[in-house]
Amino acid sequence: MSDQATNVSTQFDRVPATAAERTVEGRATRQEILDWFEERFGIEPTVFESYTFWERGAGKIWAFNGDLTSPVDIEGLGMTALRTRQEHWKPTLEAVQRFGHHATKNRLHLTAGRAKQFMAGEDQEIDWDGDWGYLIVTHDLAGEPEPIGVGLFTYGELRSMVPKGRRREL
Amino acid sequence: MTVLERYEPLIDDVEAFREACERPLPSAVRVNTIKTTVERGKVALDDAGIAYEETDWLPGLLRLPVDQPGANWPYVHGWLHGQEEVSALPATVLDPQPGERVWDACAAPGSKTSQLAALMDDRGLLVATDNNMGRVSALRSNAERLGVTNLALTVEDARNHSLKPFDSEPYDRALVDVPCSCEGTIRKNADVLDEWNYEQVQGTAGVQKGILRRAIQATREGGTVVYSTCTFAPEENEAVLDYVLEAEDCRVVPFEIGLEAAPGVTEWDDDHLDEPMAFDESVTHAKRIYPHLNDTGGFCCAKLEVTG
Repeated sequence: MSDQATNVSTQFDRVPATAAERTVEGRATRQEILDWFEERFGIEPTVFESYTFWERGAGKIWAFNGDLTSPVDIEGLGMTALRTRQEHWKPTLEAVQRFGHHATKNRLHLTAGRAKQFMAGEDQEIDWDGDWGYLIVTHDLAGEPEPIGVGLFTYGELRSMVPKGRRREL
Repeated sequence: MTVLERYEPLIDDVEAFREACERPLPSAVRVNTIKTTVERGKVALDDAGIAYEETDWLPGLLRLPVDQPGANWPYVHGWLHGQEEVSALPATVLDPQPGERVWDACAAPGSKTSQLAALMDDRGLLVATDNNMGRVSALRSNAERLGVTNLALTVEDARNHSLKPFDSEPYDRALVDVPCSCEGTIRKNADVLDEWNYEQVQGTAGVQKGILRRAIQATREGGTVVYSTCTFAPEENEAVLDYVLEAEDCRVVPFEIGLEAAPGVTEWDDDHLDEPMAFDESVTHAKRIYPHLNDTGGFCCAKLEVTG
């Protein structure tokens, strides 16, 4: 196997299938990633059936719709999907926009005005009696709920996790 | 003689050509079918109060009023991508299929790359190469906003592109949309002709030949390579095709498009040349798109089949 003993931050390493196959300490496994999406958001593992997951940069997980021989020394592979190697894993805005419509829980739907505030990067007080932590934030677009990005809910407040470069005044 | 006058002997209606080059370029957006449908994209534009007009040759490619819209929800969601109308042509000529292996040799900033991904239904392997790390960052940002997940990015000189990271298997198709003298972008960038000089045309043509050769080598027998530029210079179009016909196993093949176009030229003479240039008859299958023909930017596009 080409797995190395330490994480090399400039190349893509396919994550191990399960903990039993893990050779790099702290690296998320495919099983953990699928379980996390299912437990946190109710996204079924079948959504990612054709996907492989790769680590490049400590804890940064990329989702690639295909497979290659690991490791791969290139500049990008699929999209950045998830930050691991911290207590609470955090999905990216791009992954939420791409896969978030499969989510059945920890989805927070905003009104038009609140959605604008969220996209501008503003935090807001909100009534939410679901889980604390990272939520998939949606609003109505073309008549249907559409995921915008990631919000962090704590103490009655929704914090916008929209990265600075993606924020817009709409 | 101005740069554009140089090409007037090639053009049927010189007056219309001159007038079109003076007019600002209409802006256009492509609906990104990785994230939505053409129908929902249009509803979102309607809801945002943005007027548009459908092009008659490519579903989901929409012309906007000359005033550029500001930030809007469908853009933020990656449902739309601003892309000049004629630049949407080469990906449709390449016509990649879901599940294939495809190479975009000069990919940044990624308008055509993301269009290829959408045509592939985001399935198969799409390798995108550029030699400039800064431009690759812009490409990555665009691709992520548009939800592309079948993409592998490399930073390297496309002339030396390595298949090694991709299990050393050849491609089914390759898009070679090369850096060029860009006279065709005059309508959006009036300064483009200020920097024009013949030595640069010659140097650029050398690079173009190298990239197209590599693409043909990296594509399987029976596979398709599309070569495109936004220049009118035969040195960077037909001369490059003529060169690879000699150097590699390939042929230039006919294709149909929904835009008005003139055929590639087989002869070319100019004050810069010691003697007239003559090209293989098959380069007439290339399409020259002048700005006045469809009220777009200028473009040239050829389709090649790999024969060895």
